[in-house]
Amino acid sequence: MANEAHPHHHDHAHGHDHKTHPHPKQPDLEDQPLGYYQIMEIAVRELLIEKGIVTADEIRQALEVIDSRTPAMGARMVARAWTDPAYKARLLADGSAAAQELGIDSSEVKLIVVENTAKLHNVVVCTLCSCYPRPILGLPPDWYKSREYRSRVVREPRAVLREFGTDIPDDVEMRVHDSTADMRYLVLPERPKGTEGWDEAKLAAIVSRDCMIGVTKPRLG
Amino acid sequence: MSAPAADTAVPARFKPGDRVAVRSADPPGHIRTPWYIRGHTGTVERLCGAFPNPEELAFHRPGLPAQPLYRVRFPQAQVWPDYRGPAHDTIEIEIFQHWLEPVR
Repeated sequence: MANEAHPHHHDHAHGHDHKTHPHPKQPDLEDQPLGYYQIMEIAVRELLIEKGIVTADEIRQALEVIDSRTPAMGARMVARAWTDPAYKARLLADGSAAAQELGIDSSEVKLIVVENTAKLHNVVVCTLCSCYPRPILGLPPDWYKSREYRSRVVREPRAVLREFGTDIPDDVEMRVHDSTADMRYLVLPERPKGTEGWDEAKLAAIVSRDCMIGVTKPRLG
Repeated sequence: MSAPAADTAVPARFKPGDRVAVRSADPPGHIRTPWYIRGHTGTVERLCGAFPNPEELAFHRPGLPAQPLYRVRFPQAQVWPDYRGPAHDTIEIEIFQHWLEPVR
């Protein structure tokens, strides 16, 4: 950077001369090299469309549905469980049915809900790949799929949670759930103190994705 | 995914509370029993139902009869000899019946 020619503490309101002050170009998606599986996906997709097996619009729609799923759906389930003990019992007995009850289409997964208490903290991982309750939480964060998270959280969960800013006291049992087969897992966090009298919408707002994976706890403010 | 009809499933051998050992095997193919848990002894937490065997599904075979799938709980201190945490910490893993043996 040519600092002398371009002193700081300016406010960018002046004319921005790109000839003397080039910004680094943000690479376009197409500037990255394609990986093997990306090329495979494009080839198969184009072939399926060409053969008339699926249409481009059907693929677009399917992606739109995937992207429409967000952690807000899981948060609604948690907030309902916090305010309605009968719903909580149904949620813990059959997570998929309890999701359907709130109009969340969970038919493609068998959901197990695990409850955090004063004596038990749950965290979810898929060591073999990246199994995740997508209909309830949407797409997983990149770190959930990383080799580091997947390999470390099973053998040193307390250290990994500390890196997420979460301290689990030694008198609390730490339980890791390795999602290795056909079940998917959602953590039901403990309702924080200070939320007495809150309605469901206000409660749902403090239930983040990471609380429902189990790497953190809901916090006020 | 809906569970297959009972007549296409292997009967369940274990119930919650049963002690089970994970087979120490290393067959080729698509295996959903993590390496780190093979050979360890745990306790059945629940039967999850029966599901087509993923080792067969991976090769586009039907995977039937379906295999009972269990959640098995293990003490972390037993799974990892160098585990740094209280003795009450646990790990739960889904394991198919054909990977489990009874512990007397």
